Amino acid sequence: MAAASRFVVVTKRDCPTCQLVAPALAALGASAPLEVLNQDGPGFPEAIADKVVDDSELDRSYALDIEIVPTLIRYDGEVEAGRTEGWDRGAWQALTGLTDLGTELPEFRPGCGSLTQDPLIAPRLAARHGGGGLGARRISLGPLEDAIEACFERGWSDGLPVVPPTPERVLAMLAGTSREPGEVIGEVPPDLVPVSIEKIAINAVMAGCRPEYLPVVIAAVEAALDHPFCMHGLLATTYFSGPMVVVSGPLARRIGMNGGGNALGQGNRANATIGRALQLVIRNVGGGRPGGVDRATLGNPGKYTFCFAEDDDPKWTSLSEDKGFARDATTVTLFAADGVQGIVDQKAREPESLCRSFAAGLRVVSHPKMVQAADAFLVVTPEHARVFHDAGWSKQQVTDRLNELLTIDSDELIQGVGGMAEGLPAKLAGRTFRKFREGGLTLVRAGGQAGMFSAIIGGWGASGEVGSSPVTREVRA
Amino acid sequence: MSESILLDPGSERDPVQRSPRALPADLTGRKVGLLDISKPRGDVFLDEVQSLLEAEGAEVVRFRKPTFTRPAPTELRQDIAGQVDVVLEALAD
Repeated sequence: MAAASRFVVVTKRDCPTCQLVAPALAALGASAPLEVLNQDGPGFPEAIADKVVDDSELDRSYALDIEIVPTLIRYDGEVEAGRTEGWDRGAWQALTGLTDLGTELPEFRPGCGSLTQDPLIAPRLAARHGGGGLGARRISLGPLEDAIEACFERGWSDGLPVVPPTPERVLAMLAGTSREPGEVIGEVPPDLVPVSIEKIAINAVMAGCRPEYLPVVIAAVEAALDHPFCMHGLLATTYFSGPMVVVSGPLARRIGMNGGGNALGQGNRANATIGRALQLVIRNVGGGRPGGVDRATLGNPGKYTFCFAEDDDPKWTSLSEDKGFARDATTVTLFAADGVQGIVDQKAREPESLCRSFAAGLRVVSHPKMVQAADAFLVVTPEHARVFHDAGWSKQQVTDRLNELLTIDSDELIQGVGGMAEGLPAKLAGRTFRKFREGGLTLVRAGGQAGMFSAIIGGWGASGEVGSSPVTREVRA
Repeated sequence: MSESILLDPGSERDPVQRSPRALPADLTGRKVGLLDISKPRGDVFLDEVQSLLEAEGAEVVRFRKPTFTRPAPTELRQDIAGQVDVVLEALAD
């Protein structure tokens, strides 16, 4: 031990190892300058209370980057000369130069976790000390301002209250991904503003997400910014549509998403907040707002949030597989969706009959006389899927049969036919058209065990090259 | 937890006060660009606008976006900027 050595020990009364080493701390304090930083209040260890500093705010522990208590640190002058964690008699003796230190104690005891590492506390400390790599502009509220009201006033809300995005909450959110906060993943329309992982995390906080949802939100934003999805036009259109998010794969279950009963409805935090986070990114980062570039005539309730999980169905390929990914991959698929149109068939026991019901329902997407325009998703529920499973029909067989049944004689579609002015120009008479473009009809499984109802979700009238195609991205941690 | 500091969820593009360029007093002898955004029957409407502008003494140049669902390609925007004195672009249904 150098002549000018002094010691700092970080402890916690609530740690059995810290209790155990209290006599050694007293012995050390009697022979060298000692400061004990105690994380859970003053007065421990009692025998050397005059050397104890209350570090319950944890600022000193954070500055020293403490992971384990007790931690013994030796300073020679102002320089840290070494540290040891937990109780290791040999290490403590070597660091202090006191060869009889703690001889009455066991040779080794592991320490306990420092309070600075507590998942609820670490983000607050990082935020207080300016850590965590946050780069977003900080906005100070007035002392009398309510944070939720302030978010409304600044135009950051979709109309419902948002969770105020404090630095602490955003740092906690960023713990949900291994990606750097500053990583830019693209430009968000309509203002084509670069969006970073941090900006996505801020909006995910506001939407009410938990940190484990963040990788799904990031993948959804990546998909929305993919050129074929055409997010700019989807936002700007007078049509009803907005982005629908379908999550397929094991992560959906692990984060508690709902693909079962009421999958398209309310009440599940992950479903509700992931879809909302995407919409808030478009609104806040991209500047896409109703009355601005969003010119929707009516819109649809899914523009608050429209997100659900695919139900696992071992007899059919998953949506991930249909899009070229492994079955055990987790993917998000975005679709430019309108609202939900139910299709009821409680009598069908044969695939052909049920396909005909589905086709009759799908025929009316956009308008019964419009073809090759909107895409559609058909959400097949368990009792309807059973009809196909019992007959051994694959998902592809059902899709192919639906496309056959939806091959329509254009004489039914011409303007004026049926007393409806809407329709195809007369020069297209005498031909056949498929209702949906190639690849425009997608089947996905979800829903509760009871009810012979499935759901048709029509899409934006501008599909494919001229507008939006569904886009699938794999979720990365 | 204190909520006195929030992180900006938006673009952080502070509105910069910019004055719009003064409108020309008249269009006589000026080149006016008309951008057709490719909505059905937009061309019918723009034909009418073109005749009215030409009656005012303007020379009209027509442009067309490939699809109304996407922003104009950079090349088209540069083409317009390089050819005309004034451009009219509008979105309507």
